Amino acid sequence: MAEVKRNSVFHQPWRRRLPLLPALIFTVLVTQVPFLMSIWYSLTNWKIVPPTPRTFVGLENYTKLFSDTEKFFREAAVVTVTMTVSAVLISLVLGTLFAVLLDRKFFGQGFVRTLLITPFLLMPVVAGLIWKLQMFNALYGVLNWFIGLFGADPIEFVGQHPTASIVTVLVWQWTPFMMLIMLAGLQSQPTDVLEAAKVDGASAWGVFRQLTLRHLRPYYELGMLLGTIYIVQAFDHVAVMTGGGPGSTNIPFFVYKRSIGGGWLFGRASAYSIVVVLAALVIANLSLRLVSGLLEGEDVV
Amino acid sequence: MAVPIGSSPTSGAAAAPAAAAMSGDAAASNRSGTSAGAGRRRGSNLGIGEHRGVHVALGLLAWLVAVVFFFPILWVVLSSFKDELTAVGDPTLTFDASLGRYREVTETTPGILSFGRAFSTSAFVVLVSTAIVLIMAIPAAYALAIRPVRKWRDVLLFFISTKFLPMVASILPLYILAKEFNLLGTRTVLVILYTAMNLPLAVWMLRSFFQEVPRELIEAAEIDGAGLRGQLTSVILPIAVPGIAATALLCMIFAWNEYFFALQLNSAGNQTIPIWVTTNISEKENFLAKLSAASVIASLPVVVAGWVAQKRMIRGLAMGAIK
Repeated sequence: MAEVKRNSVFHQPWRRRLPLLPALIFTVLVTQVPFLMSIWYSLTNWKIVPPTPRTFVGLENYTKLFSDTEKFFREAAVVTVTMTVSAVLISLVLGTLFAVLLDRKFFGQGFVRTLLITPFLLMPVVAGLIWKLQMFNALYGVLNWFIGLFGADPIEFVGQHPTASIVTVLVWQWTPFMMLIMLAGLQSQPTDVLEAAKVDGASAWGVFRQLTLRHLRPYYELGMLLGTIYIVQAFDHVAVMTGGGPGSTNIPFFVYKRSIGGGWLFGRASAYSIVVVLAALVIANLSLRLVSGLLEGEDVV
Repeated sequence: MAVPIGSSPTSGAAAAPAAAAMSGDAAASNRSGTSAGAGRRRGSNLGIGEHRGVHVALGLLAWLVAVVFFFPILWVVLSSFKDELTAVGDPTLTFDASLGRYREVTETTPGILSFGRAFSTSAFVVLVSTAIVLIMAIPAAYALAIRPVRKWRDVLLFFISTKFLPMVASILPLYILAKEFNLLGTRTVLVILYTAMNLPLAVWMLRSFFQEVPRELIEAAEIDGAGLRGQLTSVILPIAVPGIAATALLCMIFAWNEYFFALQLNSAGNQTIPIWVTTNISEKENFLAKLSAASVIASLPVVVAGWVAQKRMIRGLAMGAIK
């Protein structure tokens, strides 16, 4: 009798929600409260250097974003989009190809996979420094030594192609991640379907295109989603590789520069970040809608 | 019972062997060639319509790709054993290897951030934040997977959508709040932020692992009168341990590698390992070999942990969305 009672208590909504609350409340407090504060700051004129009293200015910070003096913000937006789209797409394509290579038995398969995932585990700061100082550097970078063997003049990669250099490092770090997700996808393919296709005389390419790629769809959607979340925020690579030098300042670095990184224009910087959040929410909404079809399971009746 | 059993192919009865296979995978994953047949389902070595020559060529290609990708890391490891002049000279494989740079970077100089101090700060922040993440995420995952609350889908999407808020957009208010509460330059502020940073991911991953726990076992425990705590400790946690370990590891990796918050909020004291790495850059003298040694030490704990848990981590991430 007592057991039945306990059971029925357990089905009450609050009893169910209770375990969820600590995580939910903590997340709301730490992520949403700063966001609301940012909205308030963005409606004020607030400079720290020289110290000026904070005054309410309405939407002025936002309208200024579209004025000519703020062309740097728009440039940073273009850099962010270029960086994110190219890094995500290239690492996804490479990751898929590598996954296909690894999804077969061959000598040293596990070792090869271990080598390939290592760049993803590296600290972004370390990855950026390795590439900047020991690969790309014009004086003692290995890449320049290598092209020098063919008689080419050294190239100051980071100085001349800052965005491409950063994208290279991002791709280097995120390809292993994409590869692992695609590998999980490939290995979850039902073997009997593939065998049946083989018996029916389908070509390897035909099987891949018609069965495998279709099966992989949720996996590359997931890879794109997670990759975008992290790469759109890339700060470490920019900070250690170019310090936001010409043509490589993305929005995270730009907002940092205009606020606590030396600009101290707190009102304006907050307006930038709100715009970023709005853009991120649009992207998030679209992509989450895309993947939410994956969230199988039943609703409580 | 609101939730039917066996709704997805891996839940219900199939889950126990799956969990067993997962721990088997982990043991066999590293460097052992194939993964003990647990993850692999292909019968023959050759793929569909594949010839032996093609098979060998593709294997070699995989090796080539791996060597190219790993090369920068190998290069840094080599540099870390060189002296400063050799490190900036022409590439060579014949040099006097020494551990001298490792000694230099770990030595304590008064007034400069020491390795020991940075390491203990990082270790503290990473371990404490990961522990708090698990303490909050495990009950939350229970409420999303095992006895789902109403609108569990929306709650899950809320958690993951917070990852879309760019960290840089909240750095200013966080900086001001931290200053207000006298937390600037403390370990506490990093613990709070790393907890917030990893919590959504942990909830997301743990939910998928909890879904694999057979419903019958939970119901049996419930009939025996076990409450939330009893169900967790006697049934769910033992089965989901591999998944929880993978989740914890991923949280640790992200926290250990984090640089932005550590730089912005902790410039005063209590700097972490990523910041210590950058202190080895010098304007005045050659520093490549020292920086390489510092990079290797800084990366090693996380790289080794990642190697050991590679398969489980990715299962967790992939299943988080797909199962």
